[in-house]
Amino acid sequence: MSAERLPTDWKSDAMRKRIARRYAAERRFKAAGMAAVLLSAAFLAFLLFTMVGNGMRGFTRTEIALKVDFPASPLLLDPANITDEALANANLPMVTSTVAQKALGKDADAMISPSAWIAIRDAIKADPKILARTETIDVPAATAIDLAAKSKGSPEAEAQVARLRQAGLLATGINWGFLTASDGTDPTQVGIWGAFKGSLLTMLVTLVLSFPIGVATALYLEEYARKSWWTDIIEVSINNLAAVPSIIFGLLGLSIFLNLLHLPRSAALVGGMTLALMTMPVIVIAGRNAIKSVPPSIRDAALGIGASPVQVVFQHVLPLALPGILTGTIIGMARALGETAPLLMIGMRAFIATPPGGIVDPATVLPVQIFLWSDEVSKGFVEKTSAAIIVLLAFLLAMNGLAIYLRNKFEKRW
Amino acid sequence: MTGPAILLLLAGLGAIAWVSARARALRLAGVARASGRRDAVHSLPGYHGWYVALWTLIPAGIFLAVWANVSPGLVTQSVLADPAAQSLPMDGFSRSAILGEARAIATGAQAGAFNPAANALVEPYRTALSHYGIAGAVLALVLAFAGGAYAFTRVRPDFRARTRVERLVMATLLIASLIAIITTLGIVASLLWESFRFFSMVNPIDFLFGTKWSPQSAAMGYGNEDAFGAVPLFWGTIFIGAIIAMIVAIPLGLMSAIYLTQYASPTVRKWMKPTLEMLAGVPTVVYGYFAALTIAPALRDFAVMIGIHGASSESALAAGLVMGVMIIPFVSSMADDSIAAVPQSMSDGSLAMGATTSETISRVLIPAALPGVVGGVLLAVSRAIGETMIVVMAAGLAANLTLNPFASVTTVTTQIVQLLTGDQEFDSAKTLAAFALGLVLFIVTLLLNIVALRVVKKYREAYE
Repeated sequence: MSAERLPTDWKSDAMRKRIARRYAAERRFKAAGMAAVLLSAAFLAFLLFTMVGNGMRGFTRTEIALKVDFPASPLLLDPANITDEALANANLPMVTSTVAQKALGKDADAMISPSAWIAIRDAIKADPKILARTETIDVPAATAIDLAAKSKGSPEAEAQVARLRQAGLLATGINWGFLTASDGTDPTQVGIWGAFKGSLLTMLVTLVLSFPIGVATALYLEEYARKSWWTDIIEVSINNLAAVPSIIFGLLGLSIFLNLLHLPRSAALVGGMTLALMTMPVIVIAGRNAIKSVPPSIRDAALGIGASPVQVVFQHVLPLALPGILTGTIIGMARALGETAPLLMIGMRAFIATPPGGIVDPATVLPVQIFLWSDEVSKGFVEKTSAAIIVLLAFLLAMNGLAIYLRNKFEKRW
Repeated sequence: MTGPAILLLLAGLGAIAWVSARARALRLAGVARASGRRDAVHSLPGYHGWYVALWTLIPAGIFLAVWANVSPGLVTQSVLADPAAQSLPMDGFSRSAILGEARAIATGAQAGAFNPAANALVEPYRTALSHYGIAGAVLALVLAFAGGAYAFTRVRPDFRARTRVERLVMATLLIASLIAIITTLGIVASLLWESFRFFSMVNPIDFLFGTKWSPQSAAMGYGNEDAFGAVPLFWGTIFIGAIIAMIVAIPLGLMSAIYLTQYASPTVRKWMKPTLEMLAGVPTVVYGYFAALTIAPALRDFAVMIGIHGASSESALAAGLVMGVMIIPFVSSMADDSIAAVPQSMSDGSLAMGATTSETISRVLIPAALPGVVGGVLLAVSRAIGETMIVVMAAGLAANLTLNPFASVTTVTTQIVQLLTGDQEFDSAKTLAAFALGLVLFIVTLLLNIVALRVVKKYREAYE
């Protein structure tokens, strides 16, 4: 009779130590996992906070309360006859400079923005009666003053800001111009409207091209095409297109759309076409999944009461799959909205100071505008770049939120 | 007549065709039913409407599309035949400049001419334009009426209008699905064609194995030898995208996936998974700006502090770190999928034998899911090396062959952007080099994707 193996003594010291070690390893492993999640989330938070922290200042501007003694100023304007023409002929920039020097001292021209006269013009336009009295008007400060007031500027600017602060002349106002103006050379004057409009036009072209083509392709592959080498080729090309780096699409747009077809450079049309080629595979893949999830019983029922295959698809399958297709489309469009590299390839990095009027006008888009501003030397552009990033991120968040909402509201479990 | 007006008119005609054909079909079907031939009615009235409307619109539409391409040539020809055109210079360039100017004035796009010779041609241009414009409009309308009338006469109860319309729908779907193939072919053809032109100027061996990259010197006329050695670019791409970024992304992505699938409570998972996925949704230009503005200066200060030479404010490390963070969600979601695909019985067996959760994960789940994880990492690498904006903004332009992560390196995508966004003529070796780099990038990402999908697919089959 062989000696029976003794049962493990779980209470022994060696065993206890071993178990403690294993449990410690377990805790370490779990902590490492948690650390990985937290670190990734922390990075996201850090990125967002940096952008918001820098960018919020881009939505505000420093204003200087300028006391304008209109009767004493060299301004020749008849309060009864304030027209755009009269204002244009009044040489307001020069008058503003004179008035500012009187109110703020010799270095006033360095303190107020070169476009401060616009604020005075608007004030006169709003109420011509002020021409008869002394009025305090808030005019935008120059870039150097703006920087010094918000964070850190040059020593001279800091000194000027200290002086203005002491006199109680500095204030912070909301910079509406940032939302209504376009690109420019002076950071206090730039805005995102031109780029935003360019983005909208580009997205419009992308949507109009990629949505019908993407949905039609998904329907064909999922509902009609019999599996053959032919559909295999289509499928492989779609999967490849979804994985091709975006810059390659830019090279395609450059050599085909611009050099071969001679379409206009840096226009929303070409940008939209290039991005449509990129977005289409995303829509096809999302569309196929959505169509696949419609149960076959619905098709069978429709066919059973005499619907033709086209009627089955367009009257039953497509409406049921549409929420899924739309979700995929919005996600694809959000990706296209944030895309920069292919648009650089087709010439969308030009300096464009007027918003585009149509899809063939030279335009720029939000991400490219961010890229262009990030290259600017002037320090005033840092906050503008971050502010533009905030606008872009807000849009992407809204689009993704809409996609999630659509998915949750219309998703059906069959 | 202007283009939009014609299109509007055609659309109106189409609508009228639809309504009248539908009404006719409805009436005829009623007559057929009244006479007791119920089964003789084939299609719904709406299909007859569509059939006639499409016959009205499509031939006229095709004609207009062709006309828009042909008529400018015809207009120019008739202008050249005008006596006023006899005095034009024979030199092709100034000739077409004058013609273009006259055309712009005639269409109202330009107010006055810089070249007086253009003024004489404005009037012939104007007459020719209106002449051919009217001709085109009339022909389009005639076609629309002819097509509509032909189709209208075919509207009868037993006419299979639905079959015809559906055939067109199917053709449209088929054509739409061809666009994907055409795009792929377009990419391959344009890359190959431009690369071919590049390689007729630069030896492919020099390009693929040369170690000196200075396209500027080639553009300045020092010759193409020794200027287009792409090895430093390949190294920079691999260094940033496949080494530094992966050192960040693989541990963080894998551990995040493990924690969220194996440990986290459903609530934590519900909130943290979309949060991490937001990392993939942030536009790359934002990452690039963040890397250049915040990370890179901090890293340079750190490098200077610990005494590393050659620290640059545009470092491989800054670009690689930020790119790694961007890639985390890709690695994590691929790992998530492949861990979820491991049969429950395997981990149940391991736990039943007394293994702790971490032991089960590291010795059973991960080995079983490894092919999927590797496939995911390969996809992430292909994504990272094709990434453009982060490296353009943070990695720099110096083509260095260096192992120092604090030094500046350049990548394939950075150089493509750099080569193509200047103002050079298009036919130089310098601009064509961008297409050769694009071709290399395309082939490498394609291979990585094919291999990755193979690996994932093969492994999925093992458990199904």
